[in-house]
Amino acid sequence: MTAAPGTDWRPVLAPAIVRRHDPVRDVDLLLLPERVGVLTGSAAAVVGLCDGTRSVPDIVDDLAERFPGAPVATDVPPFLERMRKEGWLR
Amino acid sequence: MTSADPSPARPWALLAELTHACPLHCGYCSNPLELTRRSHELTTDQWTDVMRQAGELGVVHTHLSGGEPLLRRDLEQIVTAAEAAGIYTQLVTSGVGLDQARLDALASAGLRSVQLSVQHADPRASDRIGGRRSFAEKERAAQLVRAVGLPLGLNVVLHRENLDAIDTIVELGVSWGADRVELANVQFYGWGLLNRAALLPTREQLAGARDAVERWRKRLNTGPELVWVVPDYFDGVAKPCMGGWGAVSLTVTPDGTVLPCPAAAALPGLDPPNIRDRPLDWIWEHSAAFTRYRGTDWMADPCRSCARRDEDFGGCRCQAYALTGDAARTDPACRFSPDHGVIRVPADEGADATAPVRRRVPGRSEGAATWV
Ligand code: SF4
Ligand code: SF4
Repeated sequence: MTAAPGTDWRPVLAPAIVRRHDPVRDVDLLLLPERVGVLTGSAAAVVGLCDGTRSVPDIVDDLAERFPGAPVATDVPPFLERMRKEGWLR
Repeated sequence: MTSADPSPARPWALLAELTHACPLHCGYCSNPLELTRRSHELTTDQWTDVMRQAGELGVVHTHLSGGEPLLRRDLEQIVTAAEAAGIYTQLVTSGVGLDQARLDALASAGLRSVQLSVQHADPRASDRIGGRRSFAEKERAAQLVRAVGLPLGLNVVLHRENLDAIDTIVELGVSWGADRVELANVQFYGWGLLNRAALLPTREQLAGARDAVERWRKRLNTGPELVWVVPDYFDGVAKPCMGGWGAVSLTVTPDGTVLPCPAAAALPGLDPPNIRDRPLDWIWEHSAAFTRYRGTDWMADPCRSCARRDEDFGGCRCQAYALTGDAARTDPACRFSPDHGVIRVPADEGADATAPVRRRVPGRSEGAATWV
């Protein structure tokens, strides 16, 4: 689970995670039996693309188009890797 | 945040103690010594309303617990109400009574995950600790949960009788297909404090168990996540009880009492509010029970001037009260507490192998301690 994935990694939410909008705090949440993850800022958009069909470069391209000028290429791959290490993404 | 803050952060989690009735009678049960009778339990409509109010307050996660929550015939309806309120549900069960039909009904009501208590990896020891033959039913319950595809956690309360069995307990978690094994060192209040002499491990046992957990963490690339809940008696470090008083979580007991922590009912003069009398948002924001130890303003020294006060919140109020008679004192588990001696002495003496275990009356929620 913690071994680094290859370059063809297609991130997907780990099984059993429930994604839900929290209307009280107006944030998107990832829910697991003992954990709550809060998707702040652009994290919700990034995680929304993790459906198991897109590779990391695909996700970066998609976001670069939607958010021109944002530091997508430098910020998104390490973010995805952190999410994987914490067990949210596979 | 201070106690004067007019609107504290919203709670994330609700511990719903649906009933105190339980077929098991573990000697460290976290239910209060004074158990609520079944006739005093909230109704289905009242629990439905608790879930609605909790969702509106910001709760996103609930543990449906007990006692044994499966003894509530309306558990499916309570799950439905939680799901409708946007709350993720986890059933916390002994496994007794979880057959295929019940699990299917719960899963279609929206149940998201199951946490199963196991007392030991050895069936006979597990049955002895739980005070009832139940291991076979737990094993079957685990298989059913796996088959239906829900996440499965095992919860093992650790004490003198099972701390030497970490290896077999982890192996059990692997073979039952658990996603998570929580190894929770016993807490000493309520029943646990009553039975402290029988439950208290030795320092050597704890060191051995800690090493075993480390070894397994290195070995297990896949398989269950191992969670080690620290033994505060031995570490000299107070635990950040509940993530802070009235900070992230609330408990509703079987009769509708609302508490910042399940053990808080034992605190004198807390005058805990009840969901039958007051709305949940008022209770969270304004009731004396929730504001009394919220934040750091209530602290005295050594906590008041301590750098760790925002990390451990001065430890556990219930333990401070149980061991010093004053809930506002520093938790004696902390090595800086002037009362730390009351912990050090029993921890250094270790368990008394001849101490009897006082248990709840089996299968009934009423009645206090009996000698077994
Ligand atoms: S008796 Fe045991 S299984 Fe039942 S609620 Fe208490 S600790 Fe849990
Ligand atoms: S003195 Fe209080 S705040 Fe400091 S470590 Fe001990 S319990 Fe925590």
